[in-house]
Amino acid sequence: MKFSEAWLREWVSPQLDTQALADAITMAGLEVDAIEPVGAVFAGVVVAEVVAKAPHPDADKLNVCQVQDGSGEPVQVVCGAPNVAVGQKVPFARVGAVLPEDFKIKRAKLRGVESHGMICSASELGLEEGHSEGIYVLPADAPVGKDFRAWMTLDDSTIDVDLTPNRGDCLSLRGIAREVGCVTATRVVEPNIAPVVARSNAQFPIAVSDEAGCPRYLGRVIRDVDLSAQTPLWMRERLRRSGIRSIDPAVDVTNYVMLELGQPMHAFDLDVLEGGIEVRRAHDGERLTLLDGQEVVLDGTTLVIADQAKALAIAGVMGGEDSGVGADTRHLFLEAAFFAPLAVSGKAREFGLHTDASHRFERGVDPDITRPAMERATELLLAIVGGTPGPISEVRKPAHLPQRDDVTLSRERLAACLDVRLPDEEIQRIFRGLGMTASAPGDRWRVQIPSWRFDIAIEEDLIEELARVHGYNRLPVRRPQARLSLKSADEALQPLRRVRRHLVSRGYQEAVTYSFVSPELQSLLLPEAVSPTLANPISSDMSVMRHSLFPGLLKALMHNLNRQQQRVRLFETGLVFQGELDALTQTPMIGGLVCGSRDVEGWAAGRDSVDFFDLKGDLESLLALGGCADEWQFVAASHPALHPGRTAQLYRGGNAQGWIGALHPSIRAQLGIKPEVYLFEVAQQAVLEGRIAAFQPLSRYPEVRRDLAFVVEAEVGVAPLLEAIRARAGEWLTQWQLFDVYQGQGVAEGHKSIALGLTWQHPSRTLNDDEINQLIAAVVDEAESRFGARLRS
Amino acid sequence: MDHLPALVNEASAAIAAAEDAQALDQVRVRYLGKKGEITALLKGLGQLPPEERPAAGERINEAKQALQQELEQRRQTLEQAALSAQLEAERIDVTLPGRGEVNGGLHPVTQTLERIEALFQHIGFDVAVGPEIEDDFHNFEALNIPAHHPARGMADTFYFDATRLLRTHTSPVQVRTMQTQEPPIRIVCPGRVYRSDSDLTHTPMFHQVEGLLVDEGISFADLKGTIADFLQAFFERDDLQVRFRPSYFPFTEPSAEVDIQCVMCRGEGCRVCSHSGWLEVMGCGMVHPEVFRHSGIDASRFTGFAFGMGAERLAMLRYGVNDLRLFFDNDLRFLRQFN
Repeated sequence: MKFSEAWLREWVSPQLDTQALADAITMAGLEVDAIEPVGAVFAGVVVAEVVAKAPHPDADKLNVCQVQDGSGEPVQVVCGAPNVAVGQKVPFARVGAVLPEDFKIKRAKLRGVESHGMICSASELGLEEGHSEGIYVLPADAPVGKDFRAWMTLDDSTIDVDLTPNRGDCLSLRGIAREVGCVTATRVVEPNIAPVVARSNAQFPIAVSDEAGCPRYLGRVIRDVDLSAQTPLWMRERLRRSGIRSIDPAVDVTNYVMLELGQPMHAFDLDVLEGGIEVRRAHDGERLTLLDGQEVVLDGTTLVIADQAKALAIAGVMGGEDSGVGADTRHLFLEAAFFAPLAVSGKAREFGLHTDASHRFERGVDPDITRPAMERATELLLAIVGGTPGPISEVRKPAHLPQRDDVTLSRERLAACLDVRLPDEEIQRIFRGLGMTASAPGDRWRVQIPSWRFDIAIEEDLIEELARVHGYNRLPVRRPQARLSLKSADEALQPLRRVRRHLVSRGYQEAVTYSFVSPELQSLLLPEAVSPTLANPISSDMSVMRHSLFPGLLKALMHNLNRQQQRVRLFETGLVFQGELDALTQTPMIGGLVCGSRDVEGWAAGRDSVDFFDLKGDLESLLALGGCADEWQFVAASHPALHPGRTAQLYRGGNAQGWIGALHPSIRAQLGIKPEVYLFEVAQQAVLEGRIAAFQPLSRYPEVRRDLAFVVEAEVGVAPLLEAIRARAGEWLTQWQLFDVYQGQGVAEGHKSIALGLTWQHPSRTLNDDEINQLIAAVVDEAESRFGARLRS
Repeated sequence: MDHLPALVNEASAAIAAAEDAQALDQVRVRYLGKKGEITALLKGLGQLPPEERPAAGERINEAKQALQQELEQRRQTLEQAALSAQLEAERIDVTLPGRGEVNGGLHPVTQTLERIEALFQHIGFDVAVGPEIEDDFHNFEALNIPAHHPARGMADTFYFDATRLLRTHTSPVQVRTMQTQEPPIRIVCPGRVYRSDSDLTHTPMFHQVEGLLVDEGISFADLKGTIADFLQAFFERDDLQVRFRPSYFPFTEPSAEVDIQCVMCRGEGCRVCSHSGWLEVMGCGMVHPEVFRHSGIDASRFTGFAFGMGAERLAMLRYGVNDLRLFFDNDLRFLRQFN
């Protein structure tokens, strides 16, 4: 809502400068977004009259004018504007004037003719955007010699208020003035709106078939108008300062009344209306060309203003092109209606529109302002375009008009909510200022809510009104009190922040990537993935929910590789979204990626690239945080995004929890990623769930270590072999170490040598050689029979 | 016997001349060993007349002890020298950087979220989280934003279908908590939220922390105190000016926007605060009775306050970041600045 400060001050003028006034408005809850001057800075411009005009002797497009500026003899001015004419009142910049951008007016000679000043255009004075065609012609009654700035009240500001959606009542000067009056305790002067006496019986029939959507509809015929008349400068200026362009007198007046009183109105060309007005739901498939030229197809959800033949306008949104007024319109049908917010809500947006009318009707227009607005508009129109007004026709269905039940406010509740007892006089003053009528104070107030407040229905609403007008910042401050009570904490559950910090300590940088990703990238990595797709994405490359953390991590990797970052270690935590909407899981995951050299570049560092086991080591240390490392298995598996020979699926206790592997070389090629990339992703819950340590007594007896080396076929997985050996090594086995894996000279082609150290210790006695030898025999037997292993001598 | 002094002098010279432990030991053996020359003198005492023996024995023993002392001193000197030489040889350039992995770092948004969580955890708030794909009820209806309410336009929503959407705030977590817990409830809800807005100052995803306190006798004054304390603690400025501006949220009544004195210019007016001296940092209010009704809380017995803030906004102010979009580029050169 934009308005002119000077206009507001005609309604209510507190003793505050512009900034203080704006601050008061802001602190009342109507946030002032901007204060802009209504015109550019200039000085030395006066109202003058063109008293003579003759062609320039040496230039076709210039005229030599004599201009009376009230200071004595007319002065000679050379003017290039095509529209300059004798008898015009114009803004005249005298010699010595300073125009916007510090443009100083000096005596000059144009093609040999002296010129003493400049006749100005609107844009030269900052009164119009862009370049104005010709000089700015003032009304005939503009007083010659008067300072132009003062006469135009250009020392005015446009105040732009960013209103919250509950305050539709402040989308007018009337509403803003009421607020300002209330918060500054200043009297508000309402304009006097008298009924216009009908001078004909001309009426146009009105019927409302959707009474809930339109419980009040007023119409008036005004015959024999002259829409070629010009809207007076004062009104054009007020509209301009409120951000509205002047169109023609009928549109200007309806806009003016909307700004002044908050009632959107519409003027129809009576000659094109057939039969009578009907307010009804549109027929399915009914077509209408709107004022903006757009043709829309309607259906039964849309309320329209129609005549007997066709839809004329979308109620409360926009009029139609065919029934709109123009310079040759002779007779007007003027509409002022109350459309129910629910009937209008969302309609403008449905057609890609947002109009001043829909903005107001959606939020609620005062149902009692309809008639005053009609009278006001009639009065203003008659003064500009003449004509013969008929009587007002009205359809009114009180049952469907908004009901404002009284709201009760309890003294106790108010005091408890705000922690303060406001004086009764102040409470009464605030209610009065807001147009509310409160009963005499007792334990409670019974408050009548005015017709324009759509947002007051319960006690808390009244508390807010009192609090904000009193001033939030004058209300007391305290700290909440609570009983100190301990909560139990799950010690086995690792906090996510510990997991994050662990990765940080191992050189990983945390990334935060968008939860929606490009469907192309996602299906490249996970062709089978099903995840929800946004109906209204911001762009196609952010349209599908991530099924995995991989797409986002890879995108972040590529961003960095493209910026000469060669060693990248990233991790991310967050939800992945898997399945159709109706069978959706939203699972917190933790994922990471490494790329580039194993070591940070340095004097002592190697030059090797990272490999699978670097990442696996990091991941294993992560999985060990909760003390349950032994519950995890890495099982060779295949994943569409990963290298088939370098991929493992992660299991904990038999449940699949994640993946680790090398990015598939062909995907790397498609993404243009040169170095090898290793990725992992694992369900957070499985990582975080740990166990509480359980003490085992320390044995006082010596431990026995034996090292064994086996040769197995290269394909044999070490982990299952170790697991089997461990199972057969007896209950006294305390440690088992894989200390070498070797392929090459001395080991047959296609085989590998695996060296283990096994350590036993008995809790209550010394183990003897026989026992150990028996256990080793069992272990060797297991390895030979199940894994085809051969003990190396 | 008469050559004892000469022998001692000779031995002393040999001790002094020994250049290492081995040479020194040879000297010891030569004079004091089992077959050493001094030892031989002692052995030869028996050939002296009995009356001379004690005096001669004493002289030889004195000489022997003196030499032993010299030997020990020389040994220590040589050891010291050897140690010094070893230490000198082992000298390294301690100014070279250390070996191994360098630290990574947490994302600045995570750091901000954790910091906010910790401040509230200190006064007894729990951290609650919830789903990001939400339904219309939890994101809107339960928060007193019915269909077609103009407030739905306040947050441009990403939809999947007619009823499922990406949450536009973390308030649904508050609803879910109130549906399952009895007051007193004290929670903060950090997390990702989504609005279909993308320009210089908006990203379609960002992070919020919302808070909720529901108990008996909670007032607007409690809200003001908690918020002011929080902002002063977050910015580590005890004198930070905080003001409450009436505003509107469908789920709170009364509602307020919270402004702080600009932390960049300390209220003098600068580009960051649009020369107003104030920065809008969060919204808050007393929980609307309608929200309690939808969440199964007895509004006649309990009152509460709720608040919400954008983590990126606070991170930008705290760390002086001037471009919101940097948070989601994941450029290492940006991320490492927060390590």
